[in-house]
Amino acid sequence: MELLRLTGIHFAYPQRPPIFQGLDFSLEQGERIGILGPNGAGKSTLFLLVMGLLKPQKGEVWALGAARKREKEFQEVRTSLGFCFQDPDDQLFSPTVLEDVAFGPLNQGRDKYQVRLLVADTLQKLGLGGFEDRVTYHLSGGEKRLVSLATVLAMDPQVLLLDEPTAGLDPDTEARLEQVLANSGKSWAIISHDHGFLRRNCTRLLRLQAGRLLPAS
Amino acid sequence: MHLETFAHGHSPLHRLDPRAKLAAALAFSLLLALARAWPLLWAGLGVGLLTVGVARLPLVELAKRLLAVNLFIAMLWLLLPWQVVDSPGWLGLGLAYHPHGLDMALAITLKSNALVLVLMALVATSPINQVFHALAHWRAPVKLLHLFFFFYRYLHVLHREYHRLDWGLKARGFSPGSNWRTYRTYAHVSGMLLVRSYDRAERVYQAMLCRGFSGTYWVLDHFAWQRRDTWFLAVWSLLLLGLFALGRTLA
Ligand SMILES: Nc1ncnc2c1ncn2[C@@H]1O[C@H](COP(=O)(O)OP(=O)(O)O)[C@@H](O)[C@H]1O
Ligand SMILES: [Mg+2]
Repeated sequence: MELLRLTGIHFAYPQRPPIFQGLDFSLEQGERIGILGPNGAGKSTLFLLVMGLLKPQKGEVWALGAARKREKEFQEVRTSLGFCFQDPDDQLFSPTVLEDVAFGPLNQGRDKYQVRLLVADTLQKLGLGGFEDRVTYHLSGGEKRLVSLATVLAMDPQVLLLDEPTAGLDPDTEARLEQVLANSGKSWAIISHDHGFLRRNCTRLLRLQAGRLLPAS
Repeated sequence: MHLETFAHGHSPLHRLDPRAKLAAALAFSLLLALARAWPLLWAGLGVGLLTVGVARLPLVELAKRLLAVNLFIAMLWLLLPWQVVDSPGWLGLGLAYHPHGLDMALAITLKSNALVLVLMALVATSPINQVFHALAHWRAPVKLLHLFFFFYRYLHVLHREYHRLDWGLKARGFSPGSNWRTYRTYAHVSGMLLVRSYDRAERVYQAMLCRGFSGTYWVLDHFAWQRRDTWFLAVWSLLLLGLFALGRTLA
């Protein structure tokens, strides 16, 4: 079953040369895609397009069962597409870790009491047990990244879209992240420059270069 | 970032439920707004000093904030005693001197300082998100709460971006002086600050959309009303009633 499909995407930032001219991308249920590519190739832009945060000038975005064009149509699927920003400072906005991780599940309409348990459980799995009352903007870089992953995992999305999730993690923490990912049983697309990490955790590698996605090894 | 300098102390006031403190501050400001008699205004200032004393706020920080408030008020002292008139007036400037304006300036000074002191002692002694939560518990208008919340959040963002830029300058050996290069650098920094904060604010908003934000800011914490909160409100009510009675007998 297909979860995501982008066809014939054309996109340029205002007053900039086009980044994509007819890009295709798709993700099947159970697939784990690793995306490589030089800086500035448009990897982050690709995810922003999938999430409907940027709108393509031409082409179609299809996600979780329907074509998505208007804001309302994207709203229906956003919490099922667990997108984690490249910069954790963009991701975290609540004063405390508890509130930030709880934000998504509460928006999904879950019960407050259950959400508390869910947050504790998610943090525990990432080795952040007891971080609930920490102030998000006083965390270290690596801790911020783990918490921003927690905010996504707590929504129990169908797909994970992670933008350079291992940047700034020490080897132990990276290993824990790999374990959490493996145990999650989810499908994902991960952007990374860490070739080894992608090889270990993905079923298929793609390289984004000059506006095209090509198979890589 | 230290917008919450006063929030993390250990005084009895710090331990109170933010709802009790908000209610107390609100009642005080109402009483103060209606007060006319001079003894009452001075008594209000006394109450302000008292609460700040109980809250054991750091004096230097306190002085800084009072200074900021009173710099603004100082302008009133300069402006209020003067009135525009048709005749040539003072030095032919068309202004007339009215000592009555000085009374007004004094009244404003007393009221503002009393209020700022009480707000610092009662409201600033809770972390700001708890204050928001207390307001949310009271069903304050959601739009207004969001406005406060984001205003506050983006102050942090601005401040953090500023520090990053500042560190970037320092790390490359920049030391400010009074020369063109300094001015130009600061101009660049302030421009960059605006652009970056705008970008950051936009991405934070996008991140909220990605997590299903549709206008509700959730309250997770549930405050537990303690006996000390009731006691505090009882004592505070007596104090305000006393002030009120004082005002009535003088009127
Ligand atoms: N908001 C923006 N406005 C204009 N240009 C942008 C913006 N964001 C990114 N770009 C440009 O688009 C290109 C692709 O950016 P991005 O998708 O972030 O690359 P990657 O994630 O692959 O490093 C880069 O050249 C970048 O400079
Ligand atoms: Mg990127």
